Amino acid sequence: MAELALRMAFSLTQIVVVMGVIMLTIMVLTLAERKVLGWMQDRMGPMEVGPYGILQPVADGLKLFFKEDIVPAGANKFLFTLAPILALVPALIGFAVVPFGPDSTIELFGVQFKPFIISDINIGILYILAFTSIGAYGIILGGWASNSKYSLLGGLRAAAQVISYELNVGLAIVGVLLLSGSLSLVKITQAQAGGFWHWFIVGVPPDGWFPVHTQIFAFVVYVISAVAETNRVPFDLPEAESELVAGFFTEYSGMRFAFFFIAEYGNMILVSCIAAALFLGGWNAPYPGTALARMGFAQFAWIENVVWFAAKVYFFLFLFFWLRATLPRLRYDQLMRFGWKVMLPIALGNILVTAIAAYLFPRS
Amino acid sequence: MAQLFFFYFAGIIVLTSILVVALRNPVYSALSLLIMFFHVAGLYVTLHAEFVAAVQIIVYAGAILVLYLFVVMLLNLKHEDRYHAQFPVGALLGVTILTEVVLLLLQQHGDPGTPVAPPDTVPPAAAIGNTEAIGEALYSTYVFPFEVASLILLVAMIGAIVLAKRDLFDVNRKA
Repeated sequence: MAELALRMAFSLTQIVVVMGVIMLTIMVLTLAERKVLGWMQDRMGPMEVGPYGILQPVADGLKLFFKEDIVPAGANKFLFTLAPILALVPALIGFAVVPFGPDSTIELFGVQFKPFIISDINIGILYILAFTSIGAYGIILGGWASNSKYSLLGGLRAAAQVISYELNVGLAIVGVLLLSGSLSLVKITQAQAGGFWHWFIVGVPPDGWFPVHTQIFAFVVYVISAVAETNRVPFDLPEAESELVAGFFTEYSGMRFAFFFIAEYGNMILVSCIAAALFLGGWNAPYPGTALARMGFAQFAWIENVVWFAAKVYFFLFLFFWLRATLPRLRYDQLMRFGWKVMLPIALGNILVTAIAAYLFPRS
Repeated sequence: MAQLFFFYFAGIIVLTSILVVALRNPVYSALSLLIMFFHVAGLYVTLHAEFVAAVQIIVYAGAILVLYLFVVMLLNLKHEDRYHAQFPVGALLGVTILTEVVLLLLQQHGDPGTPVAPPDTVPPAAAIGNTEAIGEALYSTYVFPFEVASLILLVAMIGAIVLAKRDLFDVNRKA
């Protein structure tokens, strides 16, 4: 019983820490996005609040917190309240299975813990896919409950888009699952240890030298579909401001709007974590082992691993900003044609080729 | 503990299933169905079938129900009396199934008999994992039903393509 209580206390601590880090990252991202966009467009970005504008997220948060909470006339109040929660919870719940660092164990009061992995369930990646698919409900219901034409159109667009591109996300990761032989994100990351040429984006088998298992096509399909699934530019048709005002959250204000906002950024971080873990080796450094362990500080090697994971995640987050500054929005028929006629065949072909490669050159 | 979970899930499933057909607003019906899918998935988890649970949510809650909701919103149905015309058929089916259930229960009551599977034998999930076990079973014991199911899906796919591309096969209409 004491062991169970200890484990629960440890898990709760992990959850609190991870949620804190995610929220902090979202705050940083809101500022970073505006700064990066500003620099790319030869502007300064926010400069007024605090030195160099770094307190802007705090000001934004306070503003949203004190805004008047408006429910439009004719809106369905129950669903209008439920929708932001339905959007936010799936965005945050997926982090439960993301391995943030090596699966080394520490011993506290005689019980073994894994400090960087909240939960290593054997269907890890399916768990994340299941909950991200639920996130669409928040958007659809928010659009419907607002009793506004713009919101409804935004919600319907989101529904069609999420269904189309979720399929591609699911098919793109099948190749990785075939190679690693597991659905657990921890085991998938472990299968990519030993240098960047073993990451699934390059795909050199553990005992070979030629990248026969390369997942570069799946990686491209995954990244594009992930951008579409998080409703980011150039796939931000559910909130296309030039046609739909703000799409599904047109009628939302105050903290309800903030929930949608946090959900979008949380989803961005989540898909970045998955991309890092599945294709870029997760916590593994791009060279065999860790530099700290070679210098004789093996007990601090986890710092290096966590830093590498964070660096990969931030690379993807920067990619989101980069795309937003570079690309114009797609038209809706282009979006659907691209998803079904370009992405889907590539993903299916990748499964076929990877299956043959995995059969001819087995990994173990 | 497991029994407690079972009765919680079963109770919610029954309740939400009734709500799906009883509620007047189609959007609320769809939401009840969503809650029901989640509890069915929970039931699978208590049976150590995590893979089936995840697939249940991805396929039914994530894709099919979103499409239902999509259609309901496009048609913007507020209130409608769907079930009044179908009441006799529904009653007939309900009575038939109720009779079957009662008969089955009576039969089991009279004959304690042999349970289909010994309840305390947990499948060797810990050894090879739930997903691997399903894969093994699908591609060895149940390979024929599996292939038949894929063939039916293929037929449905071809049918959808033919319906969408009808003008391609109609040579005369090309002017």
